[in-house]
Amino acid sequence: MHKSVIKVENLSKEYRFGVIGHGTLYKDVQSWCARIRGKEDPNSKVTLHSLQSSPALTGERFWALKDISFDVKEGQVLGIIGRNGAGKSTLLKILSRVTTPTEGQIKIRGRISSLLEVGTGFHPELTGRENVYLNGMIHGMTKAEIKNKFDEIVDFSGIERFIDTPVKRYSSGMNVRLGFAVAAHLEPEILIVDEVLAVGDVEFRQKCMGKMQDVSDGGRTVLFVSHRMSAIRELCQSGILLEAGKIVHRGPIDEVVDKYLASSSSDQNVNEDILPRMHYYDNTELEIYRIEMLDTDGRMISAPKMNQDFYLKIFFKFIKPCSFTITVSFWDANGTLLGRIATPDKMARMTGNKDDVYTITVKVNNVFLAGNHKIIVTARDKSDMAIDQVRNISFKVLPASIKEDEAHQYGVVQINSEWRAPEILTS
Amino acid sequence: MVYLMTERYEDSEKWDLVIGPKRGWFDLRLKDIWLYRDLVFHFVRRDFVAFYKQTILGPLWYIIQPLLTTLVFTVIFGKVARIPTDNIPPFIFYLSGTVAWGYFSNCLKETSDTFITNSKIFGKVYFPRLTVPLSVVIINMVKFGIQFLLFLGFLVYFIAGSAPVKPKPNLYILLLPVLLLQMAILSLGAGILISSMTTKYRDIKFLVGFGLQLWMYATPVVYPVSVVPERFRFFYMLNPIASIVETFRHAFLGTGMVNGVEILISWGVTMLLLFSGIILFNRVDKTFMDTV
Repeated sequence: MHKSVIKVENLSKEYRFGVIGHGTLYKDVQSWCARIRGKEDPNSKVTLHSLQSSPALTGERFWALKDISFDVKEGQVLGIIGRNGAGKSTLLKILSRVTTPTEGQIKIRGRISSLLEVGTGFHPELTGRENVYLNGMIHGMTKAEIKNKFDEIVDFSGIERFIDTPVKRYSSGMNVRLGFAVAAHLEPEILIVDEVLAVGDVEFRQKCMGKMQDVSDGGRTVLFVSHRMSAIRELCQSGILLEAGKIVHRGPIDEVVDKYLASSSSDQNVNEDILPRMHYYDNTELEIYRIEMLDTDGRMISAPKMNQDFYLKIFFKFIKPCSFTITVSFWDANGTLLGRIATPDKMARMTGNKDDVYTITVKVNNVFLAGNHKIIVTARDKSDMAIDQVRNISFKVLPASIKEDEAHQYGVVQINSEWRAPEILTS
Repeated sequence: MVYLMTERYEDSEKWDLVIGPKRGWFDLRLKDIWLYRDLVFHFVRRDFVAFYKQTILGPLWYIIQPLLTTLVFTVIFGKVARIPTDNIPPFIFYLSGTVAWGYFSNCLKETSDTFITNSKIFGKVYFPRLTVPLSVVIINMVKFGIQFLLFLGFLVYFIAGSAPVKPKPNLYILLLPVLLLQMAILSLGAGILISSMTTKYRDIKFLVGFGLQLWMYATPVVYPVSVVPERFRFFYMLNPIASIVETFRHAFLGTGMVNGVEILISWGVTMLLLFSGIILFNRVDKTFMDTV
């Protein structure tokens, strides 16, 4: 059995809302004097509330993490997922020693490196070469180690030609490439990665994923935080789902991801413009901006009845010229995939120019059971990478009618059945 | 019983690092700093290289600054105000003060910015925070070296020259490393003390620039200690940098006077500042990411 390399014990982190201190000495002295004389703090922002509730005096506090315990075994690739504000970043910050916990502790075996943001510590005036050394050392490498790996790092970044140019002349993409290249060669026993794959082009992203796979194949431990469930599923074996500072689920990664997807309460409705937060990618090529649901007569409906076929009308806008295909997947409330449909091969790929607006309609055979389901619509480029994805589109199927007995159906799909009357065989 | 024993066994396993809410007051993690020694020197290199990139005069700026300051002092304090300089040619007198004071004040100014200027990188990756102020102290040592050569050049010129009273360098020159070390410790201590406080009170940042100017006038830079009235002398010498500048001047120019008690007081204040700096820096280091 593998030994544990990270052991988190009853970890809690408390933050205070709002401004900490007043920022100026004068006001702090003023508040302090007022407290001594038993008067109300003149700098207190919530005067009315502080009269009613005394805790306001100590400042509003909240627990970013509350009583977290888990351990990570050697060679494990652990995915940490959760919505914004669930405490993922706080956990990583404590793990990477950027900040300290309020209670509890973490024990670590081996060298730990964190990639909370690539390219941090780049000095704009220095050249790429000088920055590789500087960045490597900030992350705990020695000069000799960097020297050994320098060519490899530059090769991985793919910016050999600019290595002696000051970093301030780099594009943001080049910055990230160089930053990740350094990070990818750190070779710590434990690697913490946060969302770095959100940047860079498709090719580079794949390169990064490959490198991370290598790291984990090499028996080292990786903690990976991402909002991209596909990346999480691909890399991790097990996961932790955080919600409001607590671990709500822990187990095999598929289970955790499904749980997360199912628990996402913020839904997108059909027949409404898609909210910016529902997009899972930075839409640089294409944006799906609206999805309508129509009945067979072309009327907009919010929910079809069981057995009633319906149309999905997908509206999209080209941000730059590109070509793509569309997939639509249907999920039930538990995060089980009910089925996925895609634009057929015989149909030409959709192409368009900048600012073109199109719509595509698909007729769906309604095989779903009555209940609350979800739809995910994805646009994929020619290498099948998602370029835009809208999740958690709520999709409700109504019971056909009360007198029919669809209530006796369970499972994920509707099975059309006809029952014959019993026939007698022997008497 | 068996259960208890296994638990104890597990607990006694060796862990490389324990991250907890508390840390000792003087726990400087000197071992960490040693592991990151390459980084300290790279910071030095970075600052040195970045300093003169896209400048025409490059490292020459290190020389121009004290030279011009000394010229201004010579005109204002020497010619206009006619402040005595212990009979030493005013130019070399002011230059000695400027060079010594310059090292201290640059170190202090730069280290006092540690948390604010580096908050972005401190918030993303862990490395021993003390590496930053340490590198500042070292890079200023390089600057001081360049300026010191300039000073030596002028010193030789004035010794060989025809001035009525010539500078008389003496054996106290051997104290130079000790003086430098004390200035480094003093500016590091005061610098990290201030930088820790600026994380909460930005007021202090403004105070530093202006405070340093006032501090200079409380230090024998533009006048010799001999003009300080005897009854204020004790209080005057509580300023730790005063005895350092005066000793420096005595070693190279042969004037001025500092006694052993005053040197001890100066060291006492220096160590006091260093320890309070370390305590505060350590406290702030743990939580400053939440307050900055």
